[in-house]
Amino acid sequence: MNSLQQLGHGTLTAFQRLGRAHLFLFAILAGTPSLLLRLRLLIQQIFSVGVLSLVITVVAGLFVGMVLGLQGYYTLVDFGAEDSLGVMVALSLVRELGPVVAALLFAGRAGSALTAEIGLMKATEQLSGMEMMAVDPLKRVIAPRFLAGVLSLPLLAAIFSAVGVMGGYFVGVGVLGVDEGAFWSQMQSRVDFDEDIMNGVIKSIVFGVVVTWVAVFEGYDAVPTSAGVSRATTRTVVYASLAVLGLDFVLTALMFGEI
Amino acid sequence: MQNTRLVETLVGVFVAAGFAALFMLAMKVSNLNAFSNVEGYEVMAKFDNIGGLKVLSSVSVSGVRIGRVTSIAYDQESYLAVVTMTIDPKYNRLPTDTSASIFTSGLLGEQYIGFEPGGEEAFLKEGDIISLTQSAMVMEQIIGQFLFSKASEGSKAE
Repeated sequence: MNSLQQLGHGTLTAFQRLGRAHLFLFAILAGTPSLLLRLRLLIQQIFSVGVLSLVITVVAGLFVGMVLGLQGYYTLVDFGAEDSLGVMVALSLVRELGPVVAALLFAGRAGSALTAEIGLMKATEQLSGMEMMAVDPLKRVIAPRFLAGVLSLPLLAAIFSAVGVMGGYFVGVGVLGVDEGAFWSQMQSRVDFDEDIMNGVIKSIVFGVVVTWVAVFEGYDAVPTSAGVSRATTRTVVYASLAVLGLDFVLTALMFGEI
Repeated sequence: MQNTRLVETLVGVFVAAGFAALFMLAMKVSNLNAFSNVEGYEVMAKFDNIGGLKVLSSVSVSGVRIGRVTSIAYDQESYLAVVTMTIDPKYNRLPTDTSASIFTSGLLGEQYIGFEPGGEEAFLKEGDIISLTQSAMVMEQIIGQFLFSKASEGSKAE
C-alpha cells in the first residue's frame, strides 16, 4: 500500500514538473518579443553561451571528422570504394553527428553553466529581489539565455560539420591519399542541400530549443540550496542529453524514413 | 565600455563563422555549387555515353592525373555528351590525335577519363576538341551483348 502510494506520488510529481516546465516555456516565449528592444542582453548571453562553446565545438568537430575519415577509409578501401569517403564523412556529419554531438557538447558546456547560474541566482534570492523591484526575472534573466541558446546551437552545429568535413578531408586526402576530386565531386553529387543540410539545421534548432529549455527550467526550478543546485545541474546534463538522443531518432525517422 | 565592445565583436565573429560554415557546407559539400576553380587550359571531347562521369572527375594519362572534368553538357545537334576538361598547363605536350576513353577505377569506383597520346606533331591547346573518344562501358549493355552472343552461339550449334 505504501509503495503504491509512493509510486503515485512520484508519478504526480513528475507530471507536475512537466506541466510547470511547459507553462514556463510559454512564459519565456511570451517574454521573447520584448527582448528585441534590449539586444545588448541577448548579445551578452550569446557570448557566454555560444562564443565560449566555440573552442570545444571546433576541436571536437575536427577530431570526429578525422576519425570518420580514418575509419571510413579502412572500411571502404576493402571494397575499392574509397572514392566515396567524402560522401560518407559529409553525410554522417551533416545529418547526424553535427547536430547531435554539438548538442551534447552544448548541454555539457553551456547547459550546465546556465542551470548553475540561474539556480545560484535563485538560491541567493537575486530572482526574488528582481521581483521585488517589479522586474520580471523571466524577461530579464531567462528569456535572453533561452533565445541565445536557441540561436547559438544551429551555428555551432554548422561549424562542427564544416570543421569535421575539413578534418575528414585532411585525413582522407592529405594522409591516406584519396583522390581530391573524387572526394569533393562524389560528396557534391550525393549530398543534397534541402534534404541533408537543411534537415540537419532543423534538427539542431530543435535540439537548441530542448537543451536550453531543460537547462533554464532546471535552474529556475532548482531547490535553492547548494545541494539542490548541484542536483539540478546534473539533471540538466542527463535529461538534455537523453532528450537529444531520443528526439534525434524521432526526427531522423520523420525526415529520412518513409514512414 | 571596452569590454562590451570586445564581447560584441566576438559575438559578431561567432555569428559570421556560423554562417560561413553553413555557406561552406552549402557550396562545397552539397550539390548547390556551380563554380570550381581549376587552373589550366580547356579541351573538349564528345562521347556517346558518359556513364557515371561527374564534374570534378579526374582526367589522367597512364594513370597520372593531369586535369579534371569542369563541365558536362548535352549537344542537341550531334546527340552527344560534351565533356569539358581543364588540363594542368604543365602538361602541354598532348598530341592532337590523343584519344579519350571513360574508364572505371575498380569495380565500384568512380569513373574517370583516360587519355591515350597519339603520334601527331601538333599539341592540344585551349578550346581544342578531341575527336577520338570511347564511351563509358555500361554494365547492362555489356551483359546484354554477352547474353546475345551466347544465345547466337547456341543457335549456331544446333
